[in-house]
Amino acid sequence: MFAETVTDIAADLRARRYSSAEVTEHYLSRIAELDPALNAYITVCADQARADAARADALLARGEGGPLTGVPYANKDIFCTRGVRTSCASRMLDNFVAPYDATVVEKLSAAGMVMLGKTNMDEFAMGSSNETSWYGPVRNPWDRERVPGGSSGGSAAAVAARLAPAATGTDTGGSIRQPAALCGISGLKPTYGRVSRWGMIAFASSLDQGGPMALTAADLALLMNAMAGHCSRDSTSVERPDEDYTRLLPQSLAGLRVGLPTQYFAAGLDPALRAVIDAAVEQLRAQGAVTRPVELPHAAFAIPAYYVVASAECSSNLSRYDGVRFGHRCEEPRDLDDLYTRSRAEGFGDEVKRRILVGTYALSAGYYDAYYRKAQQLRRLIQQDFVTAFADVDVVLSPTTPTTAFEIGQKTDDPVTMYLSDIYTTAANLAGLPAMSVPAGFIEGLPVGMQLIGRYFDEARLLNVAHQYQQETAWHLARPPRT
Amino acid sequence: MSIGAAEIKGIARLARIAIDEADIARYAGQLSQILSYVEAMNAVDTTGVEPLAHAIDAIAVTRPDAVTEAVDRAALQAGAPQVQEGYYLVPRVIE
Repeated sequence: MFAETVTDIAADLRARRYSSAEVTEHYLSRIAELDPALNAYITVCADQARADAARADALLARGEGGPLTGVPYANKDIFCTRGVRTSCASRMLDNFVAPYDATVVEKLSAAGMVMLGKTNMDEFAMGSSNETSWYGPVRNPWDRERVPGGSSGGSAAAVAARLAPAATGTDTGGSIRQPAALCGISGLKPTYGRVSRWGMIAFASSLDQGGPMALTAADLALLMNAMAGHCSRDSTSVERPDEDYTRLLPQSLAGLRVGLPTQYFAAGLDPALRAVIDAAVEQLRAQGAVTRPVELPHAAFAIPAYYVVASAECSSNLSRYDGVRFGHRCEEPRDLDDLYTRSRAEGFGDEVKRRILVGTYALSAGYYDAYYRKAQQLRRLIQQDFVTAFADVDVVLSPTTPTTAFEIGQKTDDPVTMYLSDIYTTAANLAGLPAMSVPAGFIEGLPVGMQLIGRYFDEARLLNVAHQYQQETAWHLARPPRT
Repeated sequence: MSIGAAEIKGIARLARIAIDEADIARYAGQLSQILSYVEAMNAVDTTGVEPLAHAIDAIAVTRPDAVTEAVDRAALQAGAPQVQEGYYLVPRVIE
């Protein structure tokens, strides 16, 4: 009875086939039924969602509202929401209720969307498996013994299991694209600066970027129309005119130049994964695209450079959690120093502490040049590689991840192996480029994602390629078992 | 790069994170592993390469110095661990 995509639900609401109250109730009951096994949500806002849906229905009844009015969605629990706890999946913020809405939340509310709840994630967005959450791991809807990816794993699992038609995510090194790939949905990391970071809890400020996650590229385009835009409260927000991200969706792929990075298709790429990506490339060729190899000579250094930059910035950003003004405070501190050090020791989990320590070390006197400066120099070389590649091609295509979803617990004891999950995704963050993951097939019942990286501010082109691909394939509509 | 117990204590001190003695060896092992891994960066000669701090050319942004919102102190302090008469309470710092 109810449609599953944002685009179709929006059309049904306008046609009054059902009300926002009805479709909201539908998702709330699915969450109540399925989420205890998946743990995709940290907080469900049933009462608020019902009130928002009633407001949306009143607008729709008067023929008012916008294209997204009345459509339910979920927010990653990293976006501040006035009156609803924002935990960032950390014990540190277990009791934190923001006194304001993040710009993204404010914009989606203004568009009339109905927030179902706040989704689970890796603690402070640090992780690739959603196992570092204070609220426990999220389970992949395709195989509940496996991880959904991270850090936006709750958002990805919620969309895949149809516990929300769309969700927000954030992507610092792949945290929208990697879980989108492992859960079989579509996700877009916009160009750095395109979506406001205000009210989005900071991890690594020069890399963090919010974006939409949904089943289809057309849905992502609609969400981007509401989410993106200049924000005077974010000093790194880019001043550019607003654009219609749906405008290129119908465009043919004839003549599209697709670059295949030699380094990403080298030996070491799993043959089964390669076969899936090759088939996707063949499909794009059948639709008129031409492919050519491109060189990203510094690709192998993206992860080392990323972990230095991200850890350094995280050690600085997370120094604000001092147990004084908000967040966790230890019991009966002996003195101020004890208050700081014990509150932080108790409030942060293992992975967060590890990264703060790595970042503190990399920034400490005597080591700055060897680590942080070196990483920033590599960052420039990585960016230049892409600038060179984009002289000859319109988009760069690769797998999103090196493997399908792995088992819960498999990589938790080995931080470096876990970091390698992001081998294809971190470069786009270092360079600030837009990138997305598109469902491209399955290996033994587990989804595979294809990554598309675009030129700066070329999100509409990425969405065009993904949408045209989705007109000829159905991977993005596959539904996990028992959902 | 190998990190020892004394260095872990020093870093933890800078980061203001209390670490149990029992966990120091584990942190030392993991940090050594991570730092050895990122030292792969040294394979590239970056002499003369200008560091990139920010992907998009960031310019200093200013706005008119005008009041745009009122701060609601009670709302801001609602989640504070300990407040009294509008002040945040911490253990005594001056004897």
